[in-house]
Amino acid sequence: MKLLMALSGALFVFYVLLHMYGNLKIFGGVAAFDEYALHLRTILMPILPFGGFLWLFRVLLVVALVAHAYSAFYLWSRARGARTTRYVAKQAAQATIRSRMMRWGGVALLLFLVWHLLQFTILKINVGPDAVGDSAGKLVISSFQVWWVVLIYVLALVALGMHLWHGVWSASQTLGWTNSAKSRRTAKVTATVIALVTSVGFVLPPLAILFGIVKGN
Amino acid sequence: MNLTLKIWRQAGPQAKGEMVTYPVSDISEDMSFLEMLDVLNEQLNARGEEPIAFDSDCREGICGMCGLMISGKAHGPEVTTTCQLHMRSFSDGDEITIEPWRADAFPVIKDLVVDRSSFDRIIQAGGFISANTGSAPEAHSVPVPKPKADRAFMAAACIGCGACVAACPNASGMLFMGAKITHLGELPQGQPERDARVVSMVSQHDHEGFGGCTNVGACSSACPKEIPLDVINQLNKDLRGALMRGE
Repeated sequence: MKLLMALSGALFVFYVLLHMYGNLKIFGGVAAFDEYALHLRTILMPILPFGGFLWLFRVLLVVALVAHAYSAFYLWSRARGARTTRYVAKQAAQATIRSRMMRWGGVALLLFLVWHLLQFTILKINVGPDAVGDSAGKLVISSFQVWWVVLIYVLALVALGMHLWHGVWSASQTLGWTNSAKSRRTAKVTATVIALVTSVGFVLPPLAILFGIVKGN
Repeated sequence: MNLTLKIWRQAGPQAKGEMVTYPVSDISEDMSFLEMLDVLNEQLNARGEEPIAFDSDCREGICGMCGLMISGKAHGPEVTTTCQLHMRSFSDGDEITIEPWRADAFPVIKDLVVDRSSFDRIIQAGGFISANTGSAPEAHSVPVPKPKADRAFMAAACIGCGACVAACPNASGMLFMGAKITHLGELPQGQPERDARVVSMVSQHDHEGFGGCTNVGACSSACPKEIPLDVINQLNKDLRGALMRGE
């Protein structure tokens, strides 16, 4: 169960890094972003149909998401069953907020994911005047000109950063990669760097759009 | 010093327990925590009340028998066992909450006494080496590199008190199990059963109803023997290897 959790989590780490890098293309303007969006659909194009690779990748992500959430809820219920009588006085052990928020933070990220997909993939929620489906770049810029959309994303990215911070370290421990003092330090530094790079990288485009640094023309 | 104690009283395994408040006075700061409870029990005896049941044996911090949740901290505020905790760690007028270890794998027998035989069953599942008995073998016939001997000794310091389980937000026994697996896994004598050991211990641990590890580290900071968190990594590494080899 824990191995399943660690491995599916590792796939997500790889994915969010790619996703974050891709988002930065918005700084190159709407055209660059649209070209990138199109390119995602034409990878391996003569072999696969249009959008084929993207759909294969999405299927993989859904499988990993199911595995990650299933193992999380399984371990959660086991932990609840392991202490049915609670302490009257329990000093929160010197646990960091990032490790204590793994479960509720994960649930929050799941809810955010639903919102995020409705907004940008399924296009059911359209916020902003030009939020139409024909140009991914215009859609993004129009959406993030609305302050509360940006606020939702900033909160979600704080949650993602904390989840990655503890998650990357925890996965290295579960996979048995932290047997020496040096490897433990490496795992902690890697976790911090991945968490910071991902959340900062993701948060830059929405903020830049909100404050009018990227205008989309 | 004068203290107010709030202690968990429970008449038997099935009985419903509750917190009861007891004032104690004239406690010397040189007393150990258990001696302080002895003083209270003498007073209860004198009044014809049922004394508070708690576990203890060596009172030297090496047997692992005692263990109380003291104001929300396993073994109280110092890095030591409950028996080696002294009243100088508290101040006059303190209110101290005393509870048993809380884990469904450690059911309460009476008051502050819990049944930790689930730990024994984990050891029976694999925390041993098989060796022919008889005369002791020549000590130098099996060389052990110094770093490995040191790490094995460090892990072998685990006294099985259960503080790790008590402190863990998931009531997981992984630090205890990791200590045993590291202890035996570092030594040549532990190699023949290494793969089978980790698989059967983990399976017994899960069967006993302990939770899973989420790498928070509360176990290690509560451990009176300061067993480091990396023994859990060792356990995970051994488990991964054993599963890949089809154990």
